[in-house]
Amino acid sequence: MTQQQTAGPPSAGHADLAEEFLDRQTPLSRIRNILHRYPALSPAFVLLIAVVVFGILNDRFLRVENLSLITQQVAVVGTLAIAQTLIILTAGIDLSVGAVMILSSMVIAQIAVSNGIPGPLALIAGLAVGLGAGALNGFLVTRFRLPPFIVTLGTLNIFVALTLLYSGGSTVRGSAMPGVLTWLGSTFPVGPVRISTGVVMMLLLYVVVAFILGKTAWGRHVYAVGDDKEAARLAGIPVSRVLMSVYLAAGAVLAIGAWIQIGRNNAASPNAGVDLNLDSITAVVIGGTSLFGGRGSIWGSLLGALIVGVFRNGLSLAGLDVLYQTLAVGVLIIVAVSVDQWIRKVKS
Amino acid sequence: MTMTEFAASHTDTREPILKARNLVKTFGRVVGLDGVSLDLYPGEVLAVIGDNGAGKSTLIKCLTGAEIPDTGELFVSGQQVHFKRPQDARVHGIETVYQNLAVSPALDVASNLFLGREERLPGLLGSVFRMLDTKGMRTKAKQELTRLGISTLQDVTVPVENLSGGQRQAVAVARAAAFGSKVVVLDEPTAALGVRESNQVLQLVRDLRDRGLPVILISHNMPHVFDVADRIHIQRLGKCAATITPQSHTMTDAVAIMTGAATA
Repeated sequence: MTQQQTAGPPSAGHADLAEEFLDRQTPLSRIRNILHRYPALSPAFVLLIAVVVFGILNDRFLRVENLSLITQQVAVVGTLAIAQTLIILTAGIDLSVGAVMILSSMVIAQIAVSNGIPGPLALIAGLAVGLGAGALNGFLVTRFRLPPFIVTLGTLNIFVALTLLYSGGSTVRGSAMPGVLTWLGSTFPVGPVRISTGVVMMLLLYVVVAFILGKTAWGRHVYAVGDDKEAARLAGIPVSRVLMSVYLAAGAVLAIGAWIQIGRNNAASPNAGVDLNLDSITAVVIGGTSLFGGRGSIWGSLLGALIVGVFRNGLSLAGLDVLYQTLAVGVLIIVAVSVDQWIRKVKS
Repeated sequence: MTMTEFAASHTDTREPILKARNLVKTFGRVVGLDGVSLDLYPGEVLAVIGDNGAGKSTLIKCLTGAEIPDTGELFVSGQQVHFKRPQDARVHGIETVYQNLAVSPALDVASNLFLGREERLPGLLGSVFRMLDTKGMRTKAKQELTRLGISTLQDVTVPVENLSGGQRQAVAVARAAAFGSKVVVLDEPTAALGVRESNQVLQLVRDLRDRGLPVILISHNMPHVFDVADRIHIQRLGKCAATITPQSHTMTDAVAIMTGAATA
């Protein structure tokens, strides 16, 4: 990107531009501009420091088994954070991600176990649930122009209730399910480490979504809609269609998250994942994606999820009470949002 | 002979690029446009002025597809058109720069120029993976800026929010004027700008006209209007009160017509 800057022919206009930039450049504003351009940079920095500090505090922290455990612990939240990022990039927020995922996981498990549907078909049913939930959220947001916060607050409760009604409140154990449903809980050895297939699936999703957001017109439109909805509309972007597709994509991601969750817990439980909604928002926010939309990177959310995982794991290895982990996460959120506000002041 | 008739007979030897006839637009009980007609000829700057609520914005929105008129007809190069969305107007070569600067601040200059009409890579990467041709769009963006004589934007990879007000306006104008458009509509292009930046934008307007691109300019600023306009369409109470030229009338006359103190 930077070599493009110097590639332009030197001209009077160029000097003019340079001049206008120069008189506003201080070391601090330069850092701000860089952070602005690469929003994943600050969470990467935080993660690095956290890993180093926890590594010094406790030598068990940096062992491969422990690091592998952290990735497994963040697989579900990391996946939900993908869906959450997509929606937050459009200046929305989705309070129902956890509930949709749990509903989807219960449907997958129940119809496979109680109704004897083959595993792959059960997964497709789970995908349908995710897409249906996304369609409902998207429909309410685009057609009735309700704020996403309110829509998903409502659907959160609806999906939680549906989950309990459908499952009767009972957990389905993994041992009763067809093997494909718990496949993402399995691990395979890579050298001395055991990698979980669920983690690989999550990373794969990140790669796919990062490609779509960064390299396709749809991705650019998602950013444009979140940045300035009216400007996007006037530029000829079908705003409602983009929003709808974002909610559908989020629903699909959540269905895959349900699959990962079943594997991770080796069960489908209607009461799992109460904190998952807020944890996914936390990961996205710590990852540097702006709650005001249009700004952020999907990789930042992965880093955000990892930061939360590293903090929880590192603090517990350091022998601190769970309450301090929660406290630390709270501080992280506020710092992250403050940094975002500061970065946004970049403009003249 | 009234001024309107004079202006019409003065120019009617040529086919207007954009022609509006008897546009009516109501919002509930509020009448935004009450039968407005307008002609735009090749290579001219037509200013639209009027008091607040006179229907300037509504008129422009109807011409550019942002609003659908209740009744009335629109012709582009003599051919009747019906705009339902801004894209429809764009397809017919009518590009608009809106008052609130319809650019996406976080996207860079090239992305903004191509927003809503992105180009994909050739071959499988483009058709199957739908990959954008980022490099190609940047190169083309540079070419278009050079062609339009916009020298303040050399680096097309800078996010728009890092630009000054005048440069942002230049991005917006460039987007409107680029890619073979027929008409450029500028809504209050100098309203948020300083003196030097305003002059840059006005110069840009003249440059566009000199390249044969007709411009519709909506403005509150009389000196700016009288500086660049060839003809001036005065809106009053949802109607066209008169169409004058900077030669035939003074600014005081124009204000008098605008406020209803005089008729043309």
